[in-house]
Amino acid sequence: MITLLAPIIVPVLGALGYVVAGWRRSTAWVSAGSAVLVLATAIATALDVARSGPRTAIAGLLRVDALSAFMLIVIGAVALLATIATPAFLRAEITAGRATARTATRHSVLVQLFLAAMALAVLAANLGVVWVAIEATTIVTAFLVGQRRTRAAVEAAWKYVVICSAGIALALLGTIVLNYAASRAPGGAVGLDLAALAANASMLDSGVTRIAVVLLILGFGTKAGLAPLHAWLPDAHSQAPAPVSALMSGVLLSVAFYAILRVKVIADGALGTGFARTALAVMAIASLLVAASLLLAQRDYKRMLAYSSIEHLGLVALGAAIGGPLALAAVLLHILGHGLAKGVLFLGAGRILQVTGTSRIGDDQGGVRGLAARHPVLAGCVGVGVLALIGLPPFSLFASELGIARAGFAAGMGWVTAAALILVLVIAAVLVGHTSRMLLGTPPDGPGAATTTRHLPWPTAIALVGGLLACATLGVTAGPLSSLLHLAADTLVGAR
Amino acid sequence: MVNETLFVQLLDLACGGLLLTAVLVLWRRELVVIIHVFAVQGAALAALVGVLAVHEDSIELGAVAAGVLVLRAGVLPYLLRRALASAGEARRETRPLVNVAASLLTAAVLTLLAYAVSRPLVELAPSGLMSPATQAIPIGLTVVLIGFFVLVTRRRALSQLVGFLLMDNGITAVGFLTTSGVGLIVELGVSLDVLLAVLVLQILTARMRETFGDTDLDELRELRD
Repeated sequence: MITLLAPIIVPVLGALGYVVAGWRRSTAWVSAGSAVLVLATAIATALDVARSGPRTAIAGLLRVDALSAFMLIVIGAVALLATIATPAFLRAEITAGRATARTATRHSVLVQLFLAAMALAVLAANLGVVWVAIEATTIVTAFLVGQRRTRAAVEAAWKYVVICSAGIALALLGTIVLNYAASRAPGGAVGLDLAALAANASMLDSGVTRIAVVLLILGFGTKAGLAPLHAWLPDAHSQAPAPVSALMSGVLLSVAFYAILRVKVIADGALGTGFARTALAVMAIASLLVAASLLLAQRDYKRMLAYSSIEHLGLVALGAAIGGPLALAAVLLHILGHGLAKGVLFLGAGRILQVTGTSRIGDDQGGVRGLAARHPVLAGCVGVGVLALIGLPPFSLFASELGIARAGFAAGMGWVTAAALILVLVIAAVLVGHTSRMLLGTPPDGPGAATTTRHLPWPTAIALVGGLLACATLGVTAGPLSSLLHLAADTLVGAR
Repeated sequence: MVNETLFVQLLDLACGGLLLTAVLVLWRRELVVIIHVFAVQGAALAALVGVLAVHEDSIELGAVAAGVLVLRAGVLPYLLRRALASAGEARRETRPLVNVAASLLTAAVLTLLAYAVSRPLVELAPSGLMSPATQAIPIGLTVVLIGFFVLVTRRRALSQLVGFLLMDNGITAVGFLTTSGVGLIVELGVSLDVLLAVLVLQILTARMRETFGDTDLDELRELRD
């Protein structure tokens, strides 16, 4: 009971703490402490669930199974990376005059609420509450995206709220339609309880459920950054402050995708596996195409990372479309690996922006060039991070992409998988090209628009190196996580 | 269970009000008028819930109707008016992407589409009875589609906001017409989310005015690929 509530209550208390005390030297590490607690309770919950099965709390409103516990671990791990790097990031912003102590306080309050909303989304037992929690993440992150108050930041925030709210409204309509189907199911009303819906899915009216599933996948897919409603993502992720970009790209997208995974179980039970598979495969290939075509001529390295997130969520959607225990375990591993690698890269990109003052990838006219000569540790972390992102061994994204591809060929989706792999290779080549232009070569003359010291602050260094080490370790051996991964994958297949 | 024919007539009247106001939003250009029409639509939605409450003899639903009236005919239009008052000039939707005649034609097409798409929903009426409430579901869906259309074709930030709220009104209408409540916690959460989303968007329009001087979304072209 307590461990179930803690991931929601701890960040809320953290937010209250910042409201009361404000952001200053003594409170700067509160958010990291809260992330540690979330991660610790997530691990405790996972051990508990692996031992004695799913549990519920507060009159069945919250429910945790292996999948929820795994998503909590992802939230806790990426939040830890982001919050460790936050104090140094905020201090540098304040020194540069782009933020004040008040901005820092508001930033910390909203980030804590953001964590609480994501934890609620993966713990809620009711599809309606999942929806409320995911929409709440849009509301709390809106001002984080617009934090810098520049033209571009305000524009990004506006697009973010309008597109995500409209998209997620479709998911609400889908929820209502699904509730209607459930209330007309023979054998009594099922309601919106996820476990009950999955167990009784075969009783739902197929015509109505079909409408509901399309709306739910489109709606939550908007928030997960899947094409066709992905337009908000590159703007929001490039304009948000670095720790927030790390959280949004590393976990928020996956939390939205978690909702799709839950919907897919119900869809598979009611309509057979073909329906959700087709929808997800189409969105996956469309997302990969969008990412590949817009990455080719990309000039901005934060936008480059944002499009790479669309790519990886496309891969995750492909894995979910393939289905089956092997593919789903790979999907979950991919979610964690991408969260860690992308978290590291966005934190690194934020630091690059602070030391160079430009977010352009280097070319003849300027931008970031020759970073390795001036900032070797930072450049090394970003370089290794990109290698992890494109799926080189020993990083875990290699193992998960391999798993998804193998399952795809085994499940008779060879053509789709092959097309996806070609796009992934193209994207990998483009990413390596862009990154090498940033890191290698001769640095531009003069100090540039440097706004902060050359030293990489040690907490940021710990976050960058730690994230990469965790990602590599996961690639070598998932260790005790692998049993959780398989349990979680089974909850997604077992209901069939 | 007052009088079945009267119930059907009142229900149809409320649904007609919903549809008519949605079309009027497409037709008119002055933002003041659009906000008025939006408030009338909120009242029609509340009336719809009220009629259902009387029909089902449900006090709880009656309270929900009052809540809908306060939120959608009172608070939200008030927030929109306040956003407009601080806008100064710029009170007209000057150049929508699609002209009025084409918009109205599109509304007709969207209505047909809504009827076609929602056939399985109507056929799933409770216990074989042709329930008048279930038959009106396509109207709610039409309002959702028109709201989405307004959202993507209008350039003023405020008109986009109204489009989003039209979608939301339509979704709420579908929710009540399927006559299967989604539970109190979910409904409260949904209302709170919508209210907060509108507040956030209102603050953002104010900031946009600070940084752009106007809220014509044509000015939003910093971020492109």
